[in-house]
Amino acid sequence: MAENGIGVSVRRKEDNRFLIGKGRYTDDINVAGQTYAAFVRSPHAHATINGIDKSAAEASVGVIAVFTGDDLAADGIGPLICGVTVPSDDGEPHRAPAHPALAQGKVNYVGDHVAVVIAETQAQAREGAEKVGVDYTALPAVTDTGSAADDGQPQIHDVAPNNMCYNWPFGDKDAVEAAFASAHKVSTLDLVNNRMVTNPMEPRAALAEYNAGTEEITLHLTTQNPHVHRLVMSAFNQLAPEHKLRIVSPDVGGGFGAKIFVYAEELVVGWSCRKVNRPVKWTGDRTEAFLADAHGRDHVATAEMALDENGKFLAMRVMTKANLGAYLSTFATMVPSYLYAFLFAGQYTTPLIYSEVKTVFTNTAPVDASRGAGRPEATYLLERLVDVAAADMGLEPAEIRRRNFIPKDAFPYQTPVVQCYDSGDYETALDKALALADYDGFAARAEEAKSRGLRRGIGLSSYVEACGIAPSAAVGQLGAGVGLWESAQVRFNPTGNVQVFTGTHSHGQGHETTFAQLVTEQLGVPIENIEVIHGDTAKTQFGMGTYGSRSLAVGGVAIAKACEKLIAKGKKIAAHALEAAEGDIEFADGNFTIAGTDKAMNIAEVAFNAYVPHSYPEGLEPGFDENAFFDPMNFSFPAGTHICEVEVDPETGVVEIVKYSAVDDFGKLINPMIVEGQVHGGIVHGIGQALLEVCRYDSEGQLITATYMDYAMPRADNVPSFDVDYAPTDPPHNPLGVKGCGEAGAIGAPPAVINAITNALGVKHIDMPATPENVWRAAQGAA
Amino acid sequence: MYEFSYYKSGSVEDAVEAMNKAEDGKFVAGGQTMLPTMKHRLASPSDVIDLGGIAELSGISVDGDSVTIGAMTTHAEVAASGDVQAMIPALAQLASGIGDPAVRNQGTLGGSIANNDPAADYPAAVIALGATVKTNKREIAADDFFTGMFETALEDDELITAVSFPKADSAAYMKFENPASRYAIVGVFLAKTGSAVRVGVTGATPCAHRGMRLEEALNSNFSADACDGVEIPVEKMNTDIHASAEYRAHLVKVMTKRAVAACS
Repeated sequence: MAENGIGVSVRRKEDNRFLIGKGRYTDDINVAGQTYAAFVRSPHAHATINGIDKSAAEASVGVIAVFTGDDLAADGIGPLICGVTVPSDDGEPHRAPAHPALAQGKVNYVGDHVAVVIAETQAQAREGAEKVGVDYTALPAVTDTGSAADDGQPQIHDVAPNNMCYNWPFGDKDAVEAAFASAHKVSTLDLVNNRMVTNPMEPRAALAEYNAGTEEITLHLTTQNPHVHRLVMSAFNQLAPEHKLRIVSPDVGGGFGAKIFVYAEELVVGWSCRKVNRPVKWTGDRTEAFLADAHGRDHVATAEMALDENGKFLAMRVMTKANLGAYLSTFATMVPSYLYAFLFAGQYTTPLIYSEVKTVFTNTAPVDASRGAGRPEATYLLERLVDVAAADMGLEPAEIRRRNFIPKDAFPYQTPVVQCYDSGDYETALDKALALADYDGFAARAEEAKSRGLRRGIGLSSYVEACGIAPSAAVGQLGAGVGLWESAQVRFNPTGNVQVFTGTHSHGQGHETTFAQLVTEQLGVPIENIEVIHGDTAKTQFGMGTYGSRSLAVGGVAIAKACEKLIAKGKKIAAHALEAAEGDIEFADGNFTIAGTDKAMNIAEVAFNAYVPHSYPEGLEPGFDENAFFDPMNFSFPAGTHICEVEVDPETGVVEIVKYSAVDDFGKLINPMIVEGQVHGGIVHGIGQALLEVCRYDSEGQLITATYMDYAMPRADNVPSFDVDYAPTDPPHNPLGVKGCGEAGAIGAPPAVINAITNALGVKHIDMPATPENVWRAAQGAA
Repeated sequence: MYEFSYYKSGSVEDAVEAMNKAEDGKFVAGGQTMLPTMKHRLASPSDVIDLGGIAELSGISVDGDSVTIGAMTTHAEVAASGDVQAMIPALAQLASGIGDPAVRNQGTLGGSIANNDPAADYPAAVIALGATVKTNKREIAADDFFTGMFETALEDDELITAVSFPKADSAAYMKFENPASRYAIVGVFLAKTGSAVRVGVTGATPCAHRGMRLEEALNSNFSADACDGVEIPVEKMNTDIHASAEYRAHLVKVMTKRAVAACS
């Protein structure tokens, strides 16, 4: 093993610049002649625009220009697109209403973009924005997921009758019905998956510059996927041709999905810099983030499980309504469909699954991927339903899971819902988690808690997730507009240090360290001589970005493949220099050696030879710089069991998480410290959803949780120290043997927490977030 | 934030004079409510008169059986004060639980009670301890000071200079926090001096108030059980997305019982 190679908890290389205040975020970047944009946003959830009077704003001090949707349309810019097609049950594709970057005669949610004001200072831009006169006629609004498609509701888009986007049935309905008809028992559960605001720490921002000489736009953005932004903005939004558009995504302070999408502000800022021929900057504030970042989750579902007399799952049926908000965000259609229903098998052998997903438009912010994206919703539903089934059958929650696990010798395992799992050993993870949680000692702890007037509960969640989303051919068949490979370039400089260019993007994940560890392991170059570079379309050949826990499982492999090419070329160069046959050269620990001798050449010397090829193999290209693309054969399927233990104060409803144990299968760990940090962050995210977070609109469509005074984010004192361990398996199709770890906690935690609370109270179900009042009411009912 | 004129005053007289001259002036103490409100463009005073430089408004002193805290004394200073901890530990504990460290290092006693947020912590203590609010014009008894939601007995050009808290034999503050804002959904400050019990309740209603029914029950029987029979009027309670009126009424009782237990 290299000193700082695979499996070592190397301290994060990037942290130095963050800790000394030298991180460089979009808002930190200022350019000469910069102007500022402020957006006029709709105060109404649903209204027609009768007219926009720009005159007072244009006369306001410092204002350079005021633009509306007509100006964008005149230049042929937009509309924003949704990149994944989902078929509806009427044989038509999903309904795709126009999504103008600036409103065209109508606004459909509070925060919707009406106009932009460009001014000399940020304050002047905001003053100007307040002076734009918009004549609205307010319309009745629809916000409720469950009833948005009912007859008589206000209609948002003409192309989407009954506010329906699609009704997507999946599975063999008749076979499932037959299985239910002959089942020993049917367990049923109605639940809500609470809407969340994703809340990365850094708000979204954009800085656009236009060079009239080269006709190039450079757009600094808070994006998780700069090349995807460039592709969409070029090919679909007509902002500029791809070769005349450079997207730079510098340091980004968290994304969690919310920074995947192409947003109105980004497109408008990119376009307006050319209009005013000055650089334009926009930095969203927290209120704008609440109003206009894409939100997550927001499902209402009914789930049923058919069981035989031994508690074996015979069939599962799920009816879901999912809220997509006012317009389709970039990947919105995919989240409650392919990323959701294809996970319903979970860790179990359930042979028959039928699902119907109805997606609806409402007068709320667009809903799209948020950490886990569909998989948390699927896992929450399944793992809650399993607990309900256990209670119905009189089985212990661990036992009913064990009886239904896919056995470890059954992999690769084809589920009835498309996915073919790569590898897994669910029982080992469960056993390790039960030991880590001291499950057997729970009864005594519960008894002791009772003496303090508290009710103690324990809950399990055995999850599977699909990440490293792939392969391109499969996602293409599903209607995705992009491929999902990743690229890398590994470049030696003549002096022997290495620059690694990746198409993924790090916005907190520690890629600059993890990827350097891959390279030091493979090439034997000291880690301090390796720099990982990302986030600039002018530097990196291409890339699909970072989401869906894909960066290591897909992007890491591309880096490894580029390293393999360097080693192969290096053997040729070393063979020539060492006067040996290429076949006799071995490479290890950074040295090319003639097998069986001590004649060797370091890879840095080989690199130097490649750039100063005075004596060099005939016909071989100079240079020591290789690129590679990797398109995996399958998703990767991390899995694990999380166990949460809570104490509930029945008098107040306060839930304290007193113990949390997680045993995950992420395949091979490259940097265990970073992985553990990802697990911790994911669990906190999941606990936030389970106990604290909920995004609420009132019936008129006003967002009533638009600040941190009303939207409860989890804090350090809401969570205990976590006990984290691993039960790795080896995914056969991943050359590095890795899976993905970024979303697992957010997927595994919510059902573990709620299962613990329902266990403590002895109730069937409680919806998230399990706020003190909700828990208190449940405790009253159970008492 | 809209434009405004800023004035840093050097004395109470100076500050009042500046206020009288201003078109639509506002005193700013620690600014922990006012500045966010201005940043959100929800308030636009013409003049902001900063009290931060007025030395005479800060500090903690003990005089016999009472502790007097200058209006500009920060929550962190109250929390850390040996005098407050010795005289009225529950008051120090209350101060230590306001907001977060940044708020506690900036926010002040005077600013808090002058603002009279329905969910602020200090009003419960001022009421329960029967404190006296000292201003540049007069002294106001706690029971007369808090007059309604964000309303006090203060006149426009009246400045709180200090608050004098009499020592109680025992006191406790029980706060049920809003998980988002960490303001009090319900906060109950209970003070017992001799056989007299005073209960200050914040968060539950539009304005902090004395829990007279609870006091009555506890004056005759100082035990948690005595609270059980007290009817808390649900219809007077606040209701919002965090807690219904019914739940708040329940919490008033629970927090009071816990305060009684802490004082017993």
